[in-house]
Amino acid sequence: MPTRTVAGTTVEVNDEGFFVDPAQWTEAMAPELAAEEGIAALTDDHWTVIRFMRSEYAEKGTGPTVRVLGKTSGVPVKELYQLFPKGPAKIAARVAGIPKPRGCL
Amino acid sequence: MARHVVILGGGTGGTLTANRLRRRFPEDELRISVVDEDDVHVYQPGLLFVPFGLADPEHIVRPRGRQLHRGVEFHRSGVERVDVAGRQVVLEDGTRLDHDVLVVATGAALLPEETEGLLGPQWGRSVHTFYTLEGARALHESLASFEGGRLVVNVVDLPIKCPVAPLEFCFLADWYLRERGIRDDVELTYVTPLDGAFTKPVAAATLGGMLDDKGVRLVTEFNTGEVREGALVSWDERDVPFDLAVVVPLHGGQAYVGRSEGLGDELGFVPTDPATLQSTVAPEIFAIGDATTLPASKAGSVTHFEGDVLVENVGRFLAGEELDASYDGHANCFIETGFGKAMLIDFNYDQEPVPGHYPARMGLPLLKESRLNHLGKLMFQWFYWHSLLPGRDVPGIGSDMPTAGKRAG
Ligand SMILES: Cc1cc2nc3c(=O)[nH]c(=O)nc-3n(C[C@H](O)[C@H](O)[C@H](O)COP(=O)(O)OP(=O)(O)OC[C@H]3O[C@@H](n4cnc5c(N)ncnc54)[C@H](O)[C@@H]3O)c2cc1C
Repeated sequence: MPTRTVAGTTVEVNDEGFFVDPAQWTEAMAPELAAEEGIAALTDDHWTVIRFMRSEYAEKGTGPTVRVLGKTSGVPVKELYQLFPKGPAKIAARVAGIPKPRGCL
Repeated sequence: MARHVVILGGGTGGTLTANRLRRRFPEDELRISVVDEDDVHVYQPGLLFVPFGLADPEHIVRPRGRQLHRGVEFHRSGVERVDVAGRQVVLEDGTRLDHDVLVVATGAALLPEETEGLLGPQWGRSVHTFYTLEGARALHESLASFEGGRLVVNVVDLPIKCPVAPLEFCFLADWYLRERGIRDDVELTYVTPLDGAFTKPVAAATLGGMLDDKGVRLVTEFNTGEVREGALVSWDERDVPFDLAVVVPLHGGQAYVGRSEGLGDELGFVPTDPATLQSTVAPEIFAIGDATTLPASKAGSVTHFEGDVLVENVGRFLAGEELDASYDGHANCFIETGFGKAMLIDFNYDQEPVPGHYPARMGLPLLKESRLNHLGKLMFQWFYWHSLLPGRDVPGIGSDMPTAGKRAG
């Protein structure tokens, strides 16, 4: 399994750069991960989504899809795309340190 | 006294479950009721062929009640809600049904209203779907008078029923336009939210290659947010212009699931154990087919294979025994590729579709075009009405995925 360093700590990631173990993530890592996705500063709205992603993961074992995020996070889909351009579910999962949402088949 | 199994939905899953249970349990032991809101059972795989004039809408529908064995009660009414805690189903006609076991088999609903502009003035004219009987019929007319331009096929988001059907539509459209001699006047584009032609990597590469061979342009990671006059617009504001659009709308569970406290998830699907088909909502509630949250395709073949484990487990539950946790996610689909050929894919929760033969080395070719598979796809309609729905077992086709004829990944 590849590893990388975020905010001075070594963590395990998969081939696509998603965290393998969400427990290795800390809030201090989020700004650096976000910057890599082209998000310059994390606003309260970003944090709402990040925390929501993590709690969904903890409860269900997978992060939500964009559609479910739009229905349940309190942030409408349109805004999710403004916060995390190019695929909110995927980008927010990366920043929140959880595996890629399984999505559907 | 006989115990009572209530089955919501008399489509693929509800019908085969009722018939299998009826064969297995005598009437004085088990009363079986099936509830459905209408009496029109559509052979849904046939919808793909209607737009191209390859299937007559009249020939793919039959009355629901007649697909049920004698001794199964058919109750025609919509479901209003399920009272999970009170173990009761409330129907739209006011009837209340008590049950020892409830089987949710109400499938998936199409939700075109959830995409802005999709149901606008262009709906049924230049914007269509083939996922309903009326839709497929209207599209047939629009295609027949289509003289050229941009034909766009779009999946708004997953999950959808039969995820290969929109690709098959592209392949058939290519064939159809060639037959009509206007293929060169049409720009055919497939627009998907996925990052490739399909969800599973090996099959995605093969199917993507086929789109390419047939001159179908592929637009990926496109999440349709809005349908405007003559263009699909994504949430991240890219647009794909069209003269004729064929859209597979968002899917969700049925509206009554949302009205039933504790029954469904955010999208109205019923949380279900992937190996036993018991819901995680209440022990006496089971679910089958498109209505569940199983990480499997929403397909008739999945529903069929689930039927084995479901019926076994309804029996075990009623007898107070431990459930059988053996459903492995087995799915297979014929993929119509045009020009009288088709491909077959066979997979489960762990095994992605790979080349080889089904069910064993001498069988149908997997992940490869052939005439034999096309005949298989056509034969399937006969099999559906005469074997799958009545709940007869087919020799040699078990519900577990066979590995004998598969090439290692
Ligand atoms: C275009 C298309 C092509 C397809 N091609 C294939 C294919 O090639 N191979 C394949 O394996 N699968 C295919 N499928 C998928 C397959 O048809 C479904 O997966 C299968 O029918 C699912 O069975 P089900 O019992 O879960 O749902 P359904 O068969 O849809 O049955 C659900 C039933 O519930 C009833 N119902 C819904 N709401 C209520 C309510 N509130 N009250 C009462 N009754 C209600 C409905 O009337 C319906 O009869 C295709 C589907 C489509 C749309």
